[in-house]
Amino acid sequence: MGILVCQAVRLTIVLAVIVCGAYPLITTGIGNILFARQAAGSLIVRNGKAVGSELIAQRFAGQGYFHSRLSAAGGSGYDAGASDGSNLGPTSAVLAARLARTAGALRKEHAEGILPPDMLTASGSGLDPHISPEGALFQVKRVAAARALPEFRLNALVHAFVEQPVMGCIGEPRVNVLKLNMALDALAESEKSGHGGRR
Amino acid sequence: MIMRDILECILFMGILAAASPFLGRFIHTVMEGDKTPLHRVLGPVEQFAYRISGIHPDREQSWRRYALSALVFSAAGFILTMAVLMFQGVLPLNPQGFSGTSWHLAFNAAASFATNTNWQSYAGETALSHFSQMVGLTYQNFVSAAVGIAACMAICRAIARNQTQVVGNFWADLVRVILYILLPLSILFAIFFISQGVVQTFLAGVDAATLEGGRQYIALGPAASQTAIKLLGTNGGGFFNANAAHPFENPTALSNFFQCLAMLLIPSSLVFTFGEIVKNRRHAWTIWCIMAAVFIFGVLAAALAEQGGTVMLAEAAGGSVPNLEGKEARFGVFGTALFATAATATSCGAVNAMHASFTPLGGLVLLFNMLLGEIIFGGAGSGLYGMILFMVLTVFIAGLMVGRTPDYLGKRIQAREVTWCMVALLIPAMLILGLSAVAAATEWGRAGLLNAGTHGFSEILYACASCAQNNGSAFAGLKADTPVWNVSLGAAMLMGRFGVMCSMMAAAGSMAARSIRPKSEYSFPVEGATFGALTLAVIFVVGALTYLPALSLGPVVECFQMTAGRVF
Repeated sequence: MGILVCQAVRLTIVLAVIVCGAYPLITTGIGNILFARQAAGSLIVRNGKAVGSELIAQRFAGQGYFHSRLSAAGGSGYDAGASDGSNLGPTSAVLAARLARTAGALRKEHAEGILPPDMLTASGSGLDPHISPEGALFQVKRVAAARALPEFRLNALVHAFVEQPVMGCIGEPRVNVLKLNMALDALAESEKSGHGGRR
Repeated sequence: MIMRDILECILFMGILAAASPFLGRFIHTVMEGDKTPLHRVLGPVEQFAYRISGIHPDREQSWRRYALSALVFSAAGFILTMAVLMFQGVLPLNPQGFSGTSWHLAFNAAASFATNTNWQSYAGETALSHFSQMVGLTYQNFVSAAVGIAACMAICRAIARNQTQVVGNFWADLVRVILYILLPLSILFAIFFISQGVVQTFLAGVDAATLEGGRQYIALGPAASQTAIKLLGTNGGGFFNANAAHPFENPTALSNFFQCLAMLLIPSSLVFTFGEIVKNRRHAWTIWCIMAAVFIFGVLAAALAEQGGTVMLAEAAGGSVPNLEGKEARFGVFGTALFATAATATSCGAVNAMHASFTPLGGLVLLFNMLLGEIIFGGAGSGLYGMILFMVLTVFIAGLMVGRTPDYLGKRIQAREVTWCMVALLIPAMLILGLSAVAAATEWGRAGLLNAGTHGFSEILYACASCAQNNGSAFAGLKADTPVWNVSLGAAMLMGRFGVMCSMMAAAGSMAARSIRPKSEYSFPVEGATFGALTLAVIFVVGALTYLPALSLGPVVECFQMTAGRVF
C-alpha cells in the first residue's frame, strides 16, 4: 500500500507537469502562431479600439439596427462575462409570459405571417452572434424606415451576409448581426456622401 | 427533418465508422507496449515518467492490485484538485482575483472531475481562476479518462486471457493512454478548434466599445486546450458557463460537427480495440452496430421532438415553429440534437444548448440515454465495460431460456460473474432513484429548483442520473451549489464511478481465471443480427423496467400537460 501511494503521488506530479504545463503551452504557442486573430477572440477593431468580437452578440436596441436574439446572459443580457440561457422549460409560466411580450413587440413590425422562431427565443449562451436569414429579413421593414433607406437595398445587404451550411449540410444558414450592422452603417454613410457628391 | 439533416447524419456516421477501426487498432498497438511512430518523440517521456515514479511497466498485476492502484491514484488526484480549488486565491494565474471556493463546492468539483463526470455547480468564468481550470480541472480531464480506458483494457484482457491471475499493469496502461492517445489527439483537435475561433490566450478579457456606444466586457481564456480534452475524454466540463453553446467554445457549425465526432471517437474505437484483444472482429462490428442503431434512433427522435416545437411557442409565433429556446442559430435543431445525443449517449455531458429548455420528449431521449448507463458508445472506457455487462447478461438470459450453460467468448458465465454484473447494474439504479426520491420529498432538494411543476421533478431526476452515471450535463435551472446538494451529488458520483468500475473488474477477474473453451456448435454465437437483437432487447427491458415509473412522473406527464396547454 505504501509503495502504491508513493507511486501515485510521484506519477501525479509528472503527469500534471505534462498535461497542465506542456500541453496548454504547446497549444497556445502553435495556435497563436497559426491563428493569432482567432486565438485572441476574433475581435473587430476600428480606429484602434475593439468594437466587439464577431463571435459575441452585443445589445442592439435602436430602431435603426438589426437586433440580436434575446439574451439571458448576466443580469441584463449580453454579458460576455457571464454566459447563460434562460433555462426555462416548455411548461414554464415565466417563459409563456416572455414569449407573449416578445411576440407582441414583433407583431408591431409585421401583423401577418408566422414570426421567425429565433427572434422569439433566447439563445443558449445568451451571446449567439447570429440570427436566421428569415429573422434578418423580418427586421428590414423597421430598419429601412428608421434609416430612410429603400427596403430593396437592405434586402440585398442581408442576402450578401447570409452564411451557408458547410458542404451544403453541416449547420444552418445564418447572418452575423454585428457584421451586418457595421455594413449597414457603412451603407448609410456612403448614401449620405453619395447624395452630397451629386449636388 | 429535412434532406440536409439526413445528409449530415450519414456523413457523421460514415466518418465515425471509417475512423474507428484504425484508431482502435492503433490503441491496441499502444496498449500492447509495441512501438509506433509516436515513440520516437514520446518514448523518452514515457521512460522518464516510469523512472521518476518507480514503475516497472512489465510487472503485471492481479485485478485486485490493478483496481487498488486505480483507486489510490484517483484519490491522489482528488486531493490535488480539491486543494487547488480551495486555495486558488493565493495561487498564481488568477487575473480576475477570485478567492478560494467553499469546501463543499471544492468536494463536489473534485469528485466530479476525478470521476469523469464534470458536473459543474459553479459558473466557469465567474468562479474559477485560470490556474484552477488548467491544473485542477484539465489535469483530471486527462487522467480520469485515462483511468477509465485503462480499467476497460484490463477487463478486456481478463476476458481474452486463459487461466491467469494477472490483467496488466495499471501504471503503464495509464501513462500510455495519456501520452500516445489523449495527448496527440487533443493537440490536433485543439488547434483545429482555434482555427474555427475557440479562444486560447492567457488574457482575462477585453473591453469593447459597442456599435451603439455601450461597453461590453468579453471574457477570454485558454479555452481551446480544455475544450479538446473535455470532448475526447468524454469529460464535458466547460471553460465557460454556457459550455459548448458559448461561441468562444464552439464557434461554427463545422466545429460543432467535429466536437460531436471528438466525443464519440475514442469510445467507438475502443470497441475495435476489444475486437483485436479477443481476436474477433465480427463481434466488434456487432457491438458497434448495436450502438450505432440506438444512437441514430436517439438523434432522430430528439431532432423530431425539437423540430415539432412546443405549444406555447406555436401560440406566440402564430404557427408551428421549431423549439429554438436555449439553442444557437448556427447549430439549429439538428446540430443541437446530434450534440445533445452524443453528449448523453457518451458520458461527456457537454451541452451546446440548454437541455432544460428542450421539449419534454427531446429531454426524455437525453434522460433515457443516461439512464441506460451510457453504453451507447459511452464514456471513454466506461462505455465499453458497461456494454460488456449487458452482453454478459444477454448470454446469461439466453442461456437460461434454451437451458444451456452460458458462455461468453469461450468463458463460462457462472454465479460469480452474474452477481458482480448485477451489483454494477444496481448501484446506479439505487443511487438515481433513491436520491431523486429523497430530494423531491425534502425542502433542501426542492429549494434550488427554477422550474415549477413536473419540469421541476425532471430537473431533480436529470441531476441525479447525470451524477450517478457520471455524465455531468444538467437541466441547468437547478441551482445545486448548496452544501447538501454538493455533498450528496458528489458522493453519488464517486459511488457510481468506482462502484461500477470495481464490480466489473471483479467480474472480469473471475473470468480471467477460467479456461477458454474451444468454439463448438454448442457455444453461443456473439456475432450477427440475432445476438445484436437479443442484446438490444435486454438493454431496453432492463432500462425501461428500472426507470419507467420515474420517467412517467417527469417528461411523460409533462408532455401531456404541455399538450393540454398547462403552465406552472
